[in-house]
Amino acid sequence: MRTTRRQPGTWVRYLLLTLAAAVFAFPFWFMVVGAFQESPTNTPGQLLPTSGWTLGNFAAIDSRIDLLGSLLNSLVFTAGVLLGTVTFGLLAGYAMARLDFRGRGATWVLMLLVQMVPFQLLMIPLYVQITRGFGLGDTYLGMILPFAINTTAVFIFTQFFRALPQEMFEAARIDGASELRIVRSIAVPLVRPALTTVVLVTFIGPWNEFLWPFLITKDATLQPLAVSLANYISNVAQSTANPNGAILAGATTLAFPVVVLFVLFQRYFTASNIGSAVKG
Amino acid sequence: MTTRPGTTTREPRTTRHHWWGRQPIGSLFALPYLVFVLAIFAYPLGFAVWIAFHDYFFTAPGVEVPKPFVGLDNFVTVLQDPQVLESFRNIGVFLVINVPLTVVLSMVLANALNAGIRWAAAYRVAFYVPYLTASVSLVGVWLLLFSSGGLVNAVLGPLAPDPSWLVSSSLAMPTIALYVTWKQLGFYILLYLAALQNVPRELHESAETDGANAWQRFLNVTVPGVRSTTVLVLVLAIITGANLFTEPYLLTNGGGPDGASVTPVLLIYQRGIQQQNPDTAAAIGMLLVIVVGVLSLAANRINRER
Repeated sequence: MRTTRRQPGTWVRYLLLTLAAAVFAFPFWFMVVGAFQESPTNTPGQLLPTSGWTLGNFAAIDSRIDLLGSLLNSLVFTAGVLLGTVTFGLLAGYAMARLDFRGRGATWVLMLLVQMVPFQLLMIPLYVQITRGFGLGDTYLGMILPFAINTTAVFIFTQFFRALPQEMFEAARIDGASELRIVRSIAVPLVRPALTTVVLVTFIGPWNEFLWPFLITKDATLQPLAVSLANYISNVAQSTANPNGAILAGATTLAFPVVVLFVLFQRYFTASNIGSAVKG
Repeated sequence: MTTRPGTTTREPRTTRHHWWGRQPIGSLFALPYLVFVLAIFAYPLGFAVWIAFHDYFFTAPGVEVPKPFVGLDNFVTVLQDPQVLESFRNIGVFLVINVPLTVVLSMVLANALNAGIRWAAAYRVAFYVPYLTASVSLVGVWLLLFSSGGLVNAVLGPLAPDPSWLVSSSLAMPTIALYVTWKQLGFYILLYLAALQNVPRELHESAETDGANAWQRFLNVTVPGVRSTTVLVLVLAIITGANLFTEPYLLTNGGGPDGASVTPVLLIYQRGIQQQNPDTAAAIGMLLVIVVGVLSLAANRINRER
């Protein structure tokens, strides 16, 4: 009785999920296949091409926007944000979780408030401040600065250090270790699982960011790939005979690192519980 | 060792507990983050408000020109600007399409995923890869799919809209809303998946013994059970809608056709940076924040009612 009534429900469920997954995955299929096709199709019957494979689209977009240089800029931008977030975020998170100091409560309130401040309100004053105040227009530092310490990452670090047993830190203090030494020899070695989460969460921010680097870079040789690809789409493509393949090649290049990173690290993502970290 | 709050015995604390705390070095550890927040959030926030109330303009570096206080003038200018009003209307169109689609689809799909099905991980990945991928990449793909001679119109054949999706003033904003729903849905599915873990299984079981079918259980147990997440989803969807920039900039060529998909953030960019009027741009920003705040509060009421 029970099973017969359940059967149609399960069937509907799989149909629904498969349909949705197809809708979600299809544009990616279209993107990757089109990136390697001489002329990406607009005909539904030719979505499984057997011929016409080429790497020419990558050469075509590279001739207009310096694909490798843009990738390198994206990498510098992202690495800068990761470096700032991991060093200063870890220190701040550790202090918030494990140290008793004046101003801790106020810092916690600030962390919550930061999550609520919308970027669109800050866009104009930050632009004025960073290009005119600091003179950092068209520099990597100017690009990195507004994202330098990811507050979500500080939260993740704080939660992680809070979950570690208090005795570990007390024991080190009784042995006379300085707070800096405790960070170096206890907090940092244990932080690996939280670090993976932080890197994943932080990475997609600057790597995918368009608006800020678009505002701050006029110099094309400094633009990250998201910005130069957008320039190609909005300006260059109209004057190109067959831009579709090149657009898809650029889109694939920009999407690839994030998808790979995510697929590679997904197991760390789920296994990142404190228990396994403490056990070693 | 630690004294409970409310107890009067305080002799263990006075020996080591100073005004600056037991580990004052903590403030040194937190200092870089604090400086960052003050320089990148607090100061610009105050500066934004200041700009919005002054006649502010860009000058050559080093030149000091008075920037007089003008009260609400910038706000009056902005509110009389038909393009600004249209941009807020466009956001309204966006939200009317995006929010219900997002809430219904993410709740239904999360619920379907939660039932212990096979290949759940693969489905989950398919759903949130768009969320992880750069909008510039995906906008490039949608641009081709939804172009006049694109695949979507080829599939629709005689049903294809004319003018096509992105160049039609009535379809441009809905297409953007559809795109954003697709791009963000995976994130909301994750939120609902987490929330579903907290809906007590007994509630489902007792509803089942009462003879409720799967659909009735979904409506009467699951939907109320995840209501606080629904509020969060609503607020986040409103914020995303208010922040639209990349999509109208690239997908509809800068808010076209004829401003039918122009958004407030696009106007902030055009007015503030392209046309060098940071004061009116800052006023648009403040209005936008107020609108978002009011809408978010309204969304919060859903949680309190009933």
